[in-house]
Amino acid sequence: MSLTRLSAVARKEVLHLRRDPRSLILAFVLPVLLTVLFGYAISWDVNDIETAVLDQDRSKASRELLDAFRSSGYFRLSTFLEDPREIRGLIDRGEARMVLVIPPDFTRDLGAGRTARVQAIVDGSDANTANIAMGYARGIVQSYSLQIAFDGARLAQPIRAESRVWYNEDLSSRNMIVPGLVAVIMMIIAAMLTSLTIAREWERGTMEQLAATPVTRTEVVLGKMLPYVAIGLIDVFVVSAIGVVLFGVPFRGSPLLFIPLSTAFLVGSLGMGMFISAVTRSQVLATQIAMVATYLPAFLLSGFMFDVKVMPPLLEWLTYLIPARYFLVVTRGIFLKGVGADVLWSQGLLMIAFGIAGFVAAVSAFRKELE
Amino acid sequence: MRRHAERIAGMVIKEFRQIFRDPRMARVIFVAPVIQLLIFGYAVSTDIADTATFLVDHDRSRDSRELVDSLTASGYFRIVGRSDRPEDLVQALQRGDAVVGLTIPVNFSRDLRSGSGARVQILFDGTNSNTASVAQGYAERIVADFGRRRSPSFSLPIDLRDRPWFNPNLESRDYNVPAVVGALIMLVCLLLTSLAVVREREIGTLEQLKVSPLTAGDLIAGKTIPFAVIGLVDLAIVTTIALYWFEVPFRGSFVLLLGASALYILSALGIGLFISTISTTQQEAFMASFLVFMPAILLSGFMFPVTSMPEVFQWVTLLNPVRHYIEIVRAVFLKGAGFDALSRQFAALFLIGTTILFLATRRFKTSSD
Repeated sequence: MSLTRLSAVARKEVLHLRRDPRSLILAFVLPVLLTVLFGYAISWDVNDIETAVLDQDRSKASRELLDAFRSSGYFRLSTFLEDPREIRGLIDRGEARMVLVIPPDFTRDLGAGRTARVQAIVDGSDANTANIAMGYARGIVQSYSLQIAFDGARLAQPIRAESRVWYNEDLSSRNMIVPGLVAVIMMIIAAMLTSLTIAREWERGTMEQLAATPVTRTEVVLGKMLPYVAIGLIDVFVVSAIGVVLFGVPFRGSPLLFIPLSTAFLVGSLGMGMFISAVTRSQVLATQIAMVATYLPAFLLSGFMFDVKVMPPLLEWLTYLIPARYFLVVTRGIFLKGVGADVLWSQGLLMIAFGIAGFVAAVSAFRKELE
Repeated sequence: MRRHAERIAGMVIKEFRQIFRDPRMARVIFVAPVIQLLIFGYAVSTDIADTATFLVDHDRSRDSRELVDSLTASGYFRIVGRSDRPEDLVQALQRGDAVVGLTIPVNFSRDLRSGSGARVQILFDGTNSNTASVAQGYAERIVADFGRRRSPSFSLPIDLRDRPWFNPNLESRDYNVPAVVGALIMLVCLLLTSLAVVREREIGTLEQLKVSPLTAGDLIAGKTIPFAVIGLVDLAIVTTIALYWFEVPFRGSFVLLLGASALYILSALGIGLFISTISTTQQEAFMASFLVFMPAILLSGFMFPVTSMPEVFQWVTLLNPVRHYIEIVRAVFLKGAGFDALSRQFAALFLIGTTILFLATRRFKTSSD
């Protein structure tokens, strides 16, 4: 291996990249765009649930219950209904996610020591939001109940569940997504950029020129890969920095563990992209295959957004073959749990193995010989 | 007028021939959406089941066992390990072997029976925020129900009855599969249109078409009609799978779904055409499509509710055809909503579709001169 030849190949690839501003936009703008979208714009966190109220009791007690809903911050009591027949249309049009119905005998039942009933009609079509909204509603009604039953006195519920959330205390989806985004962005670079590099040489006929030079296979693959490793590491840094500084995602572990394992995963992903490029020898085909082989699984089947454990067995089994799945354990472990090599050693070894395998695959698939 | 129709028909036939000459294309067009629907349909789920739970039972009584049984019997929790030492629980959570940790203290049974109030402690691994919050809701409810069953004398003054309409079992699949249909139709139309026009430009055959008697309008109609047809065929295929494979209920009207889809495909074609005017190679068209598609899906309410977005972004989503279409599809499938409930979304889709198509056409005309 000659350093001169290696750096020449790397320089050539940098020139290609610089002449193609669209690729550079994709490499640097898309990660920032995704981080800002996930960090700021979109989340699963449920608050301000549009709620309509049908208060048939109109009493002090019913007003107090509604105040409890209002002050929780989870519900926005936007509409007040007069007639139960309005409920259907309201939910159909999606103007209310929940309708609280307080029946006319609410105060009377409370006063008589009977159990007063309140109804919450929830738009179940969005199962997730409905579930969370029902949980909040139950909590509010229960604590209000306890308050009026015992008038603030300490109360003996039969069992009290003290639940506590670790690692992501306020259960924000941003803390869950940003560490995973690191993996997804590396896969995007692999799928959309490195999958082109070798196929482009074949399509443009420059492979003949490359074949005429004394450069070896390892030098070509490594030289072509280096600029993308640099881009990938810059992206990792930018995404992590935005996440931590701007969006307050915790970084509790050690950067000294994070950087080498990210590099290993990056080399593996880029190697996969170049392998596809070398095998297909067509840019369009290579990107399409790379999308399906690298990016989509990292997005869907890695646990990035959706828990792999609830997938049907066949699909769950498939996720064991997705390297991003293990890398996600690493990034979340380091970002959120703050665990070290003693916990992550098996995933860490897998990352290193994946890096070596990706590189070897790319080198062995690459042929300089012309047919 | 008749001459236009003939020319367009000729062009459409040419286009279909060109598309299906490559046997790989047929696979991309008709098989890929099916596979994607199957994977997305199963993968995109916010339900929980068999959540890995680690148990530290210091009480070891019949009551504590029955509490654990009622948690596992729900199907939401599964005990993956048990120990007497709290450190083991911490380690299981750290390693990710368990995402829920249940600790039952000594005296649990005694406190429960004496009525002095028993306690249990439940820890949740919040790294997957969705699993944790759903699991928390179920766990607290199951524990409270268990306690109430054990002390019938205890009753809270207010009882909240919750009724989830349209989806009583609260399965997220019914909500997600119709949205996947919407995302796939956008992807197919967007990619095919942008790639087809750019391919013609790359090979140089766009010049030949320009010297033919076709007007720019004929050219655009001839280029987009085949993909509109393909989009509708794909819609039929994926809807069939959604209904018969995923057994998503369909409570609304097919005519309404078809009308909305036609308007939606209009905007997808418009965006595809627009991308083709700013790209010189298929590769660029592919990247540009990706740059448009990703944010359009993320800001559509498909996976992340629009109402959870900051207000500025909620306004932005009004310009997103995917948002309006997904709202229509979900309401038609799950709620059986009629046109009157969806008129706003229809109006928005119509406006967006015609505007995009108009702008793209104008740009296409100037860029191809």
